[in-house]
This record gives sequence, structure tokens and C-alpha cells, in this order.
Amino acid sequence: MLHADTLQLRHHLEGPQSEGRFFRGASGSAAFADLRCGTSLGGRLNELAGRSVLLATHDQLAAALALIELDGVARRIVLCPPDVAAGHLPEIAANAEVDAILSDREPADLAMLGIPLHVRTAAAIAPAAPSTGGRRTKWLLLTSGTTGAPKLVSHDVVSLSAPIKPGPQAPVWGTFYDIRRYGGLQIFFRAVVGGGSLILSCAGETVADHLQRIARNGVTHLSGTPSHWRRALMSPAIREIAPDYVRLSGEIADQAILENLRAVFPRAGVGHAYASTEAGVAFEVNDGRAGFPASFVGVGQGDVDVKIEDGSLRLRSARTASCYVGRDAPALLDPDGFVDTGDMVELRGDRYHFVGRKGGIINVGGQKVHPEEVEAAINRHPAVWASLVRARKSPITGAIVSADVVLKDTSIQGDGMVAQTEREIIELCRQNIAPHKVPAMIRFVPSLNVSDTGKLLRHGRP
Amino acid sequence: MSIKLTVISEIEQIAEQHQKTLAPLTDDSILMNTGLDSLCFAVLVARLEDRLGVDPFSESDDISFPVTLGDFVRVYENAAR
Repeated sequence: MLHADTLQLRHHLEGPQSEGRFFRGASGSAAFADLRCGTSLGGRLNELAGRSVLLATHDQLAAALALIELDGVARRIVLCPPDVAAGHLPEIAANAEVDAILSDREPADLAMLGIPLHVRTAAAIAPAAPSTGGRRTKWLLLTSGTTGAPKLVSHDVVSLSAPIKPGPQAPVWGTFYDIRRYGGLQIFFRAVVGGGSLILSCAGETVADHLQRIARNGVTHLSGTPSHWRRALMSPAIREIAPDYVRLSGEIADQAILENLRAVFPRAGVGHAYASTEAGVAFEVNDGRAGFPASFVGVGQGDVDVKIEDGSLRLRSARTASCYVGRDAPALLDPDGFVDTGDMVELRGDRYHFVGRKGGIINVGGQKVHPEEVEAAINRHPAVWASLVRARKSPITGAIVSADVVLKDTSIQGDGMVAQTEREIIELCRQNIAPHKVPAMIRFVPSLNVSDTGKLLRHGRP
Repeated sequence: MSIKLTVISEIEQIAEQHQKTLAPLTDDSILMNTGLDSLCFAVLVARLEDRLGVDPFSESDDISFPVTLGDFVRVYENAAR
């Protein structure tokens, strides 16, 4: 057992290795060297000792600085992304037993929570004596559920750092994610624990501005969802960055997006990671192919136990969250300590492929279709940029498969050209997937909606 | 284009896309013998809804499924009135 002191995040900022490392936001930055003996909390950190703190800042840099200070001091940190509906905050606060708020917002904005202790934070550091800490702080992350209030998932510095192996270089990480979501927080940890720096994203910034900003700041490692990447690849500013490593997570990485990234960044490593808020990072796939090798499945052969049951991927490791927090919180782990990810996989040859979400299935006359599998088939067409497959009600078969498709070249016009492309897509699908999975209808649309968490918005899902 | 011609042109297109061999189409053709399977019919009904703005099979609970092509066309003609 490690001594609690060694677990505190702040300790990763110490020593000569912290020189030159930084957090950089859209409108400010902080050097790790200053953070070591500084505070962004106006000297009020001690008031938060032992408390359950709702961290609800607009600014990501303010959040990053506060996370470093709070770890080891607070009992709990509730990481609240700015897009959480205000109506859900009272339930979140009650379930997390929040008794302090740390925010850059006006206290009046959060007054409805009735929590008297409100500490203002800023994205700037003033000198202060280092804190002693020593507490094993729980980090509560919100799930990005589709309906109802988000669930609270309990991690700590051990589970969040467990996937990270120190590398030889000091990476400058960028991410399209918000660091208050698991995918972004993982990059925050990679920067802090993995000896690097981090360029934060900024809500409301255009893709071009974001890419130019991370280019100016010398990004070497960049992460996002496949939807984030498709959006970035559509911006001419993508040519301004030259990362060593690009990383995808949070959605299924299909072969088309992997090939696109390899073509644009021929010298970069392209990896896709499987991770979820509950299960943590399970594995990384770096061979440039979609899916993952069947050899990853097994118990007792590495850091992560992987098994497939009823078609869904199940994971057990030191990287998983410990539990859901709150009244009536469901069990997160099964009796054997595995998390059921709800992600369905299928073995093809020596490789497992993600085919979709449990419950996201379209039923065509009793035959199952995973939308993501059809999307992967459509996306192989060279003219297709992205696609979204959904069920359309049918009085004959219950449902049929319908696809919204965005073309790379939106100037393709005229009925003849569009009809030709449609025929080619259907033909391509016929060659690669079962007949009932082939889209019955294709609609060409100018764009698809992406959620605040960087994932395709799927309507009509439970 | 008349409803009948619309129906026939969609049937021909769907048969081609689904690689089905169509029997010659007349008013008396038995739908289930035309060469289309139920998935093809599901697609046909959806495409006709997009082209004609009506899905008679979803709009009424007590409609009996037509047997011949002529019956099928009449269902749409009645629904379009």
C-alpha cells in the first residue's frame, strides 16, 4: 500500500521535471512551477478541507488549477461540466452530499442549491504555502446519460492514474474534450502524471481557432472522439498541427476515420482507446485497425481483466470506478467485480469489433441491427464524411434501417450525381453486411448533430 | 406520374437494389409471387410514404394487406383521396 502522501496530485508538480510545464487555456495559462507554492482560491483552501465540493466553473483553466489544489484536501470533488442542466444540480448536490461550492460564477447563479459556503476561484495563481493534504479524495464524475439526472461515478487518483505509463518525452497534450468528462480528465492526468503539459479546450471556440491555438502552443499529442476528429478534419486549419500521436476514444473508431487520420498525419501514431466513465481506460489499440485483437480478452494476464458475456464487453481492473454515489444508486460492479460496459462486440476472425450499444438495437422483422455497424459500412465509401443510422417505423417489419449521410464534398449536386452516390453506398453495404442491415432509405444531409461530449446525437434511443 | 406508375417504378428499383428477379407485373399479380420479400415491401411502403406523403398501412388499424398488385395500388389511390 502506498502512503497516502504519495498519491496526492500536487506531488507530480514537484521536482526539476516540472520546469517548463504548463496548463494553457484560451485566455490564460499557468506554469506548474508557480502552482507548487501558489493558490487560485484566494487563500481559502483550508475552508474546503474535508468537504464535498461542487466544482462548477465556466473556465476550464480555473477547474484545472482547483483540481490540483483540492486533491488530498477535500473529501469529495464533484466535477460539474458547464453543460449540465441547472435543473439537475439539486439532485446531484444532494446525492453527493455537497457542502461547499467552488466556482467562478456569481454566487446568485447557484443560490438555489442552498449551500452557504461558496468559494470564488479564478484562473490565476497567487503565492501561498503548500497544503498538507493527506486525504484520499474521491473524484465524482457525471455520466453523460441520455435521460434523467446524470449518475455520479466515484474515482480517485489511483484509479484515474492507473492507465498511465510514464513516457520518455514530455508531451504537450491537447484535447477536444472538456476535462470534467472522463475522456478529458484522462488527458489532464496524462499531462500531470505523465510529465507533460496540457492545452485546454474552450467551449464556444471555433474549430479553426482551437486548432490554430494548439498549433501555436506546440501540441504533440491530441485526443478526441471520432466525431470531434471528423469535425477537425473538415477544417483547413488541421494542416497547421503536426502531432506525434493522435488518439480517439469515447465512440467506435471505424476504419474510415483511422485511415483519414493516417493520411493527414502520416508521421503520427494513431491510437484508439477503449474507455468509459465507469470502467476507466481498458486498452489502447495502436495497430491502425478498427476493433481489437481477440488476444486482449482474458483474465489474469495483464492489468485489465476482459471478458465477453452475452455479447457485451466486461472489464475488471484497478482503473474502474469503485461505485455509483447517491441514494438508490445502482450497483456498478457485478459480484465478481466486473463492469458491464453495455458495448456489444462481435468476433470476426482474430479480432473483436464493436457493433453498438446494448439497447440501441434496431429490430428489422426480428433480426437485430446495430446502427454503428451500418454506419461503419457506409463510411467506407470514399465520398462519405459521416453517417447516422436510425430506425424508421415500418408497418411491415416493425422497423427498417434509415441513414442520414453527410458527403465530404457538399457541392455534389444534381439528382444524377446524388442518385449515383446513393447506389454506390447501397452496393457497398450489400457487399459487407447482411441484407436486412442495408439502409432502406438514405437521406443526404448537410451535417449531423454532435453532443457537448463530442458524440453523435442519436435520437429515439432509450 | 400516376400512383400506379409510381408504385411500379419503385418496385422495379427496389427489386434491382435487392437483386430480386421480378415476375412480369400486372394488376392480377399476386404480391407474394412477384419476387419481393417482406423486407422489400417494408422498403416499398417507406419510399411510397416519402413520394406520396401517405402510409395507408400505418394510418389505419383495420386495413387488410392487399393480395394483388391491383389491390395494393387501390389502397394507395383510396388513401390519397
